[in-house]
Amino acid sequence: MKAVNNNIVVAKLLLFLLCLLPMLLLLWDAVQQQLGANPVEALLLRSGDWSIRLLLITLAISPLRKMTGWGWLLRLRRMLGLYAFFYTLLHFTIYLGLDRGLSWMEIRVDILERPYITLGFAAFLILLALAATSTKSMMRRLGKHWAALHQWGYAAGLFGVIHYLWLVKADYREPLFYAVIFLILMLFRAGKIKKRLQRGFALYSGKERKPGFTPSRSQLSE
Amino acid sequence: MLIRKASAIRPSEITSQSVYNQRREFLKSGIYAFAGLAMPDLALALADKPGKLKPIANLHPSKYRVDAEVTDYKWITTYNNFTEFGHGKATPAKTARKFKTTPWSVEVDGECEKPGTIDVEDLLSKFTQEERIYRFRCVEAWSMVVPWVGFPLGDLLKRFKPTSKAKYVVFETLHDPKRMPNQRYPVLDWPYREGLRMDEAMHPLAILGTGLYGELLPNQNGAPIRLVVPWKYGFKSIKSIVKISFSEQQPPTTWNGKAPDEYGFYANVNPKVDHPRWSQAKHRVLGGGIFSGREKTRMFNGYADEVASLYRGMNLKKNY
Repeated sequence: MKAVNNNIVVAKLLLFLLCLLPMLLLLWDAVQQQLGANPVEALLLRSGDWSIRLLLITLAISPLRKMTGWGWLLRLRRMLGLYAFFYTLLHFTIYLGLDRGLSWMEIRVDILERPYITLGFAAFLILLALAATSTKSMMRRLGKHWAALHQWGYAAGLFGVIHYLWLVKADYREPLFYAVIFLILMLFRAGKIKKRLQRGFALYSGKERKPGFTPSRSQLSE
Repeated sequence: MLIRKASAIRPSEITSQSVYNQRREFLKSGIYAFAGLAMPDLALALADKPGKLKPIANLHPSKYRVDAEVTDYKWITTYNNFTEFGHGKATPAKTARKFKTTPWSVEVDGECEKPGTIDVEDLLSKFTQEERIYRFRCVEAWSMVVPWVGFPLGDLLKRFKPTSKAKYVVFETLHDPKRMPNQRYPVLDWPYREGLRMDEAMHPLAILGTGLYGELLPNQNGAPIRLVVPWKYGFKSIKSIVKISFSEQQPPTTWNGKAPDEYGFYANVNPKVDHPRWSQAKHRVLGGGIFSGREKTRMFNGYADEVASLYRGMNLKKNY
């Protein structure tokens, strides 16, 4: 048991450093002025890439665990999710400061009127809420609602993928690749999502009220 | 942006600045190699400065030169939208390296009295080659200042004696998937086509570009012959032209066909008409670094005095 715990500590440490690496490379390239003719665009694209990649990796943990039976995977999920948020925050900050020069008028118009930015912003807000409620004490306080809240991670993934698809001019290969991965990950949850949506519609139409969602053991294991 | 007197910029100065940059780049690549993290790309390093391509003979200065700092050769040649050679701004500089542009000729046909074909050598020797330092504004809201070499498009068109039916000029890029690898994929409706109204084509600012920084055009910039229309978004300035036709009808054009609500036929630079997905009010000047901010875009990319009269009475919101 002790050895297993040590292993997970080492795994977490390695994962922490691995996830930090894109950030360090980005910083290095920025300092060395190796970001090309349009460094702000390069910073935006690279931080955005890692945001969507880490979000999809986070969403892949649960199906991977089911397929492999490796319970310990679940113990890495929070860090992956927090890193997905970290790169999203970085992406958003670069957009606010370096790209838009903190021009709130422009930012407001972007968020309200440019659908791909609206979706990106929505994904950021979702991830912000999920990051803020990612601690053990928040899990305890939210109880059964925690798992329901954290299913919004699917929505963040969907918004992130569409955000990327909608900003592309002609080369859809990379955003489509992420979209396909996202769809595959969602297929694993088809039953769950269907239930959630049905309950949502039922609540909306006021016809029936089913008991709230109860988190499974696995979702509370971290 | 650094403002200099127009007369203060000479090709010689531009070159010397790049040679200076070359030294910095050399030091940088040394640091990279030492750190072992990443080697700067070979193609990018090669594209760093002028001096690799043939200088253009009989280069004449011209009165058309912007009062602004000229963008580094390195940026002009490594940040390109040239979909025929792939996606990603740095891709064409690599994938177009082996593109062969000799022999090359341009076919001219359609509504004209003397249709025919002209070799690129003749384009270079029979027309006065001028250096034109123009602002270049991409529809993606970035810009550069480019020291093109070229000659007025109208000078060429006149030779073929367009008839009264010639209302538009149509341009076509080479279509050869073996030489332009990304044409194997249907990302655009190949070959790339662009068009101008006859009066736009005859305007003295509209040129056929043959060079950059006093030398022949690098492949990724549209060698050996391209269009440069500085008051329109960059996608109008079609590259690697093999065919020019005079037409009575407004021709279908590539980006306009792909996304008609995003890319108009006219595509005049206009800060008041947004692209559906982003604002056109400002643009980022390339090469300025991380903290450089953006500049206000001007009507007709700052060429309103010269070209606004072409569009008198036209609704430019509708004809975007």
